Amino acid sequence: MSTLLSIRDLKVRFRMGKLAGVPQVAEAVRGVSFDVPENTIAALVGESGSGKSVTAMSMLALLPDNAERSGQVLWQGRDLLKTGLAELQAIRGKEIACVFQDPMQSLNPVFTVGAQLVEPLVRHLGLGRRAALERAEQLLAEVGMPEPKRRLASYPHELSGGQQQRVMIAMALACEPKLLIADEPTTALDVTIQRQILELIGRLRERHRMSVLFISHDLGVVGEVADHVVVMRHGVIREQGPVARIFAAPQDAYTKALLACRPSLSENPARLMVIDDHIAAGAAGAPTAEASRAVAKPKDPRSPVVLQVRALAKSFFIKEGLFGKREFKAVQDVNFELRRGHTLGVVGESGSGKTTMGLSLLRLHEPTGGEVIFDGRDILKLSDRERQPMRRRIQVVFQNPYASLNPRFTIGRALVEPMEIHAIGRDTAEREQRARELLVKVGLDGSAFGKYPHEFSGGQRQRVAIARCLTLNPDVLVLDEAVSALDVSVQAQVLNLLKDLQDEFGLAYVFISHDLAVVRFISDEVLVMKDGRVVEQASAEQILRAPREAYTQRLLAAIPRGYQGVAAA
Amino acid sequence: MTPAAGAVGAAAERSEGVWHAAWRRFRTDRVGVVSAAVVIAFLLLILASWTGIVARDWQREVGVANAPPTFLGPRPPEAIGAIEVPAGPNVDLSDVDPLAPRYAEWEAAAQKYRTAETPKAETLPLGGDRLGRDVLAKAIKGTEISVFVGVLAAIVATTIGTVLGALSGFFGRRVGDFLEWLYNVFESIPGILLIFAFAAVFGRGIGTVVLILGFTGWTGLYRQVRAEFMKHGSREYVRAAEAIGASRTSRMFRHILPNVSHVILVRMSLLVVGFIKAEVILSYLGLGVGVEDVSWGTMLAEAQSELILGYWWQLAAATLFMAVFVTAFSLLADAVRDALDPKLRGLE
Repeated sequence: MSTLLSIRDLKVRFRMGKLAGVPQVAEAVRGVSFDVPENTIAALVGESGSGKSVTAMSMLALLPDNAERSGQVLWQGRDLLKTGLAELQAIRGKEIACVFQDPMQSLNPVFTVGAQLVEPLVRHLGLGRRAALERAEQLLAEVGMPEPKRRLASYPHELSGGQQQRVMIAMALACEPKLLIADEPTTALDVTIQRQILELIGRLRERHRMSVLFISHDLGVVGEVADHVVVMRHGVIREQGPVARIFAAPQDAYTKALLACRPSLSENPARLMVIDDHIAAGAAGAPTAEASRAVAKPKDPRSPVVLQVRALAKSFFIKEGLFGKREFKAVQDVNFELRRGHTLGVVGESGSGKTTMGLSLLRLHEPTGGEVIFDGRDILKLSDRERQPMRRRIQVVFQNPYASLNPRFTIGRALVEPMEIHAIGRDTAEREQRARELLVKVGLDGSAFGKYPHEFSGGQRQRVAIARCLTLNPDVLVLDEAVSALDVSVQAQVLNLLKDLQDEFGLAYVFISHDLAVVRFISDEVLVMKDGRVVEQASAEQILRAPREAYTQRLLAAIPRGYQGVAAA
Repeated sequence: MTPAAGAVGAAAERSEGVWHAAWRRFRTDRVGVVSAAVVIAFLLLILASWTGIVARDWQREVGVANAPPTFLGPRPPEAIGAIEVPAGPNVDLSDVDPLAPRYAEWEAAAQKYRTAETPKAETLPLGGDRLGRDVLAKAIKGTEISVFVGVLAAIVATTIGTVLGALSGFFGRRVGDFLEWLYNVFESIPGILLIFAFAAVFGRGIGTVVLILGFTGWTGLYRQVRAEFMKHGSREYVRAAEAIGASRTSRMFRHILPNVSHVILVRMSLLVVGFIKAEVILSYLGLGVGVEDVSWGTMLAEAQSELILGYWWQLAAATLFMAVFVTAFSLLADAVRDALDPKLRGLE
C-alpha cells in the first residue's frame, strides 16, 4: 500500500498579539509525524486543545491568518505547505475533502441542498447543470438519503441533523476525493445517528477506495472505524499504531487512560478512572488503581421520596392558519418517584421530550398538566411567592457550559447572586467565603473567584455551574445533558464529581442524557423516552441486561464499543 | 478532584472589579486613550464656556465685518466707493440754515454721551462673521450647545429605546404587540413631519430640541435592543438565572443588559452624531435653538450665504470642531465597548 499523505515534523503556532511589547505565541502542534496510506481510515484522537483539528486543517491552509506552519505535509510526494493558493484550491474539494463537526453551521441556510451539491460538481468537474443535478441525486442516494430527488429542493433546516451530515458527506464525495478529512463528524449527533454515519463512512471507504482521516475525541468511536490510530495530547503524538494494538496493548499511560475513562456497558465501577490517576499510576509503576474496581455501594432503597411526578404533560401550540392552532404534545404521561440520594436517568434521542420534561420540573417550561409533588406539595399549584423558596431546592445544570454562565459576571458574582436572592449567609463576606469553599469542593481553586467564564475550559465551567447550584443547598438537581458537551476524559471527572457530591450531600439527580453508557454509570433507575412518552422504565441494571422495548435495544446497540476484535478475544 | 492544600490560602486575594478591569484594558488601547483625551478636552471647553471663562462675549462685534483669519492677513483696502472730495473750502450756509443756532447746543448734548470708539480688529484668530463677531468664540459657544443637545438627546432616546426594547423583547406577547404598534406609529410618520408636530407643541428652545430629537430618535435602537433581548432571553444563562430565582427585573437589567450594552453603546454614539447633525437641520429650518444662541447648526446655516462671497472660515471652523468631536466620540465609544467586553481580554 503506497502512502497517500505523509506529515513530517509538522509544527503550527499562533501569533497571539503582543503583551507588554513581547510577542505572544501559542504552540498548537509541536512536531507531529504520521502517514496515511491509501485506502485506510486513520484516526487522530485527543482531547480538545490537543491540536488534532489544527493538524488536519493546516494541510489545506484552512487556519486563521495568525498561524505559522513549518515542517512538511507530503501529498503524493508534493509538499502542500509550499504550494500556492491557486494550486491548493484545485486540491481542496477535488482531491482532499472535508466534513466538519456541526452540519447545521457548515451548510448555507439560504441555498437548497441541490444548489450546494451542484456547486463543487460544476466548479471542479466542469459538469453542465443538468448533469450535475443528476450526479447530485446519485450522491444523495449513495449516502443513504431517503427520497433523494425531493431532498435536492429542500433547505438545510428541513433536514434532521443526521440528514444534514449526510449531505455534507455527499458534498465531500462529489469529486471523488482521495482523502476525506472528517473532523468530529458525529459528535453533534445522537448515538443512533452516529452509528449510521460511522457505518456510512466505512461503506463509502470500501466502495471508493479512498482514505479517511477521522478526527475524534472518543476512542470508542474511533475503535469502530479506524485501521490506524494516532493519539495526540498537547500538540505531540503520544502513541500511534494499528487499531488492534492500540486497544489490546496500549503503551502510553495517556492512551490507557483514554481507554479507561469512558463508562462502559460491561462493567460498572464506583468511580471512573481519570487521566491524572492513570498517569500518576503509570509514573509510580503501580498497576491500575484498584479503587476503580470497587463496585458502587448499594443505595438505601428506603430513603425518603423527595420528588414525585404524576402524569406530567407539556404541550406546545403551533399556530396554524389565521386563528387555528395545533397542539404538539412534547411530553405526556410521565410518572416517577425520586428518592433522596438516588439518580433517575432519562434517555432518548433528540426530540424525545426529555429536556422539556426536565425543565418542566422547575417550571422553566410551564407544564400543561400533571402533578409535581415536592416535599408533600404540588409545586405546579404554588403562587409565585410560594414558589420562590421551592426554587432554591430544585436546581438545574444545563448542557452547554459555554452558554449557561453569564459572560459578564465573574465566577464569584455568579456564585454569590443566588445566595443574595435567597438570603443565604449573613453578609457579603460570609457569602463570598462560602462561594470559595464550594469552588474548592468542585475541584477548582479560590483564584477562580475573580475570573470570567471564558477563561475556563468546558469542564471547569460545568464545575462552576454545579457549584452555583450547590450554593442554594438544593435537594434535587436536574442535569440536562450536563456532560454531553465535554470530552470523554473531562466527562469522567465531572461524573466522578457528581457521584462524590451525591454521597456527601444526599442529592437526588434527574440525569438527562442521550448516552446510555453514561446514564448507566450514574443512575439507579432509568426512563427511556420516545416522542414524548416513556417507553420503558426500570432499574439501570435491568435496562442494560434485559431491555424489553425494541427502541431501548436499538439505543443500546448504537453505543460505540471500541475495537471489537479485543472484546471478542 | 482533591482540593489543593494552598487553594484556600490563594482564595484570600480580592478579585478585580469589573470597572477596574475595564479601565486596565482601556489604558492599553492607544486610540481609545487619545480619543478620550480629545473628548475630555471638549468637555472642559464646554465647562469653561458654560461658566463664562471663555467665549462669554461671543456676541460682541470685535472685528470688522467678515474679518479674515489672522494667518491670511488683513484684507486689502477696497478701491471702489471712495467719493472724490471737491476742492476749495465748504460753502457757509449758516445764514440760510434754520437749524444753525442749535448746532452748538447739540454739540454740547452729544458731549455728555461721548463713547469710546473701540478700534475694530482687521483680523481675528479664525476670522469673523458678517457682524464682525469672533468665529472662534462662536465655535466654542456653539460646541457647548451642540454637544449638550446631541448628548442629552441621545441619552433620552437611548433610555426610551432601551427600556421599551427590553420590555418588548423580554416579555413579548401583549406587551411586545403594543410596543410594536407604538413603534409602527412613530416609524410610519415621516421624521421631519413628526419633528414639526413636536416643535409646534413644545415651542422653540434648546430643551425642546432635546425632547424632540429624543422622542423621535429612539425607534432604531428600540428595534435592535428588542432583537437582542429576544435572542438573549432564551439563552441558557438567563434560564439558569431564572432557576436560581432571579426576578424578571434582575434578569432583564442585571443579566441581559450588560451583555447587550455594546450594541447600545455603539448605537448611542451613532445617535449623538446623528442628533448633532439633526440639530443643524432644525436650526436651519428655524425650529432649532433660538436666535440669541449659537450652535454649530446656526453657524453652518450662516456659512451658506457667506460662502458665495468667499468667506469660508465660519464653515471651516464649525466643520473642524464638529468633525474632531464626532470622530473622537465614536472612537471612544468603540474603545469603551471593547474595554467592557471581557472576551477580548489579552488579545490584540
